[in-house]
Amino acid sequence: MQFLGYLISGISLGSVYALIALGYTMVYGIAKMLNFAHGDVIMVGGYMVYFTFCSRGWHPLLAVLFAMAVCTLLGITIERVAYRPLRSAPSLAVLITAIGVSFLLQNSAMLLWKSDPKSFTSIISMDPISIAGGQLSIPAETIVTIVVSVIIMIVLLWFVNKTRIGHAMKAVSEDRGAAQLMGINVNGIISLTFAIGSSLAAVAGALLLSSYPTLVPTTGAMPGIKAFVAAVFGGIGSIPGAFLGGVLLGVIENLSKAYISTQLSDAIVFLVLIIVLLVKPTGLLGKKIAVKV
Amino acid sequence: MAGNNQKKRKKSTKTYILSFALILGFWVVIEILGHMGLLSSKMLGLLIPICAYAIMAVSLNLVVGFLGELSLGHAAFMLAGATAGVVFYNGAGLNMPQIPRVIITLIIGAAAAGIFGVIVGVPVLRFSGDYLAIVTLAFCQILKNVLSTTYLGVDSKGIHLALDQSAFRLEPGAKPLIKGAQPISGINKISPDMMISFTVGIALLILTVTFVLNLMNSRAGRAITAIRDDEIAAKSIGINLTRYKLMAFISSAVFAGLAGVIYVLNLSTLDFKKYDYNLSINVLVMVVLGGMGNVPGSIIAAAVLTLLPELLRDFSQYRMFIYSIVLIVIMLFTQAPAFVQLRHRLMAMIRPKKSMPEETVEKADGSYFAAQADRKEDE
Repeated sequence: MQFLGYLISGISLGSVYALIALGYTMVYGIAKMLNFAHGDVIMVGGYMVYFTFCSRGWHPLLAVLFAMAVCTLLGITIERVAYRPLRSAPSLAVLITAIGVSFLLQNSAMLLWKSDPKSFTSIISMDPISIAGGQLSIPAETIVTIVVSVIIMIVLLWFVNKTRIGHAMKAVSEDRGAAQLMGINVNGIISLTFAIGSSLAAVAGALLLSSYPTLVPTTGAMPGIKAFVAAVFGGIGSIPGAFLGGVLLGVIENLSKAYISTQLSDAIVFLVLIIVLLVKPTGLLGKKIAVKV
Repeated sequence: MAGNNQKKRKKSTKTYILSFALILGFWVVIEILGHMGLLSSKMLGLLIPICAYAIMAVSLNLVVGFLGELSLGHAAFMLAGATAGVVFYNGAGLNMPQIPRVIITLIIGAAAAGIFGVIVGVPVLRFSGDYLAIVTLAFCQILKNVLSTTYLGVDSKGIHLALDQSAFRLEPGAKPLIKGAQPISGINKISPDMMISFTVGIALLILTVTFVLNLMNSRAGRAITAIRDDEIAAKSIGINLTRYKLMAFISSAVFAGLAGVIYVLNLSTLDFKKYDYNLSINVLVMVVLGGMGNVPGSIIAAAVLTLLPELLRDFSQYRMFIYSIVLIVIMLFTQAPAFVQLRHRLMAMIRPKKSMPEETVEKADGSYFAAQADRKEDE
């Protein structure tokens, strides 16, 4: 029964990683770049929810929508100012710029909102759910996180596979030049991808902080790296892969924390990643691309 | 062909001269200022970090600039070298005379980093691109994490090693060498005189630069750059990919280990937490700002980026903020095609006045676009 509890909270943590990883993987699939600043967008989303919901007492849903709007705007601005001019530059240059943006976001937050930790109040005000005759009590945050993530994932899959814009996104990720020749607005699609990724990051921030309620300017860094790992784990560029990778990562992390060692849990997560990649170099659900000579 | 060859040889000689002039110039200036007593204690404290970061940047350049693979785990080799070195320095080397003690510590640090380089390199070099980056990052996190739970000590019964505090018992009086997540502190400096330590740092930097430049101008170095330029073509003419990739990767690790030893001996504390991916990224930033495959560039970038946060100390609140903006702006100005084009056009506007033929300007622009088209094709 205890195992079930660890498993469920692992899935919940993993769902948050999955939401962040979706942002990484979509941007990678379409703009072919690693957006290292993605983790810090979570932190900005967290602060937005904190200032509207925790300080001013807005309705939680309204607060999350507001944070999503701010992060969407932020994501689009970052792409427009920092990444678009470097579209045809070497990928390392873009990576360094992304790191610069990440530092910029963290330090702006430090200047604007100070580095003292803010304690976050959970946006979910429901009672814990007890199952199996009260033997196991699951916090409502855990359940809500899992449900919200699954819904977002389904909507996103529907959007990419069934709508016209979704097809355009797939076309851009397959071949940017050909997509442009077919009349697709490539810049618009890339902006949209950043917008979707950043708004998901805001949701992820609100959910993450509801379960782990300490908010500092570097809050986004570690979940950002873990989500990046999750995206690679599941096969970077693949939406179901990011979800699977995120959930597995969360479960492995939580179970190793519970049964092996709290301090070694990160090492175990990364070790599993290395083993998976050695066995299946493109990640769990990644596509193998043949190299044209 | 002959002319071209000569030009090439000239270029490599120029790199040698520039690198050594840079290092020796820096050393002479600091020695003079130091003996005149013009250096603040803060500045003195930065001398070794500058050397250590320069060694880190030059060695990472071997992997990123010459081999063309992105590594996000360079801090791991620094940590491996530093830890092994300190364990010897504070353990078996405790009662040795200082000079052999430091030399053996450096050798042990370099060897440990090299061994870790083999352990990491063999699986990692099967990947390329972003996957290689994430796996190097993973190894860095694993090493940092495992060391943070390691307990190591020596007493009369021999060596004690445990991954858990409760399983770790030493005889009373014996001093533990690694105490889990607690930083190892109170490590003796190389020498109480900062100038001597600094000279050791400069000597190691010269060693690193000499090795890297000689390697790159050798047959092996040309094989390594051939792999970077086109892996498949390199393989098809019979270059042993694994051998040369490992050669670059392990040499890079060895020098990072040396950097780790001098860095830690200067700082007197070893905190495993500090050697994370942020440190790797800082070194990577030095390599990219200095220019990929450009050794003197790496040294200058390392020195500037180590000094910059200190020079901005007066604006301490804003220094990292300014640093991040500077970083983004530099990347945009040096790498964004629109800005590069603008720069070419500005240069073209200035140059003809100095009787520069119009043709050359056009050619510069033309080759730029050709390079871009090449890159597009690669995608």
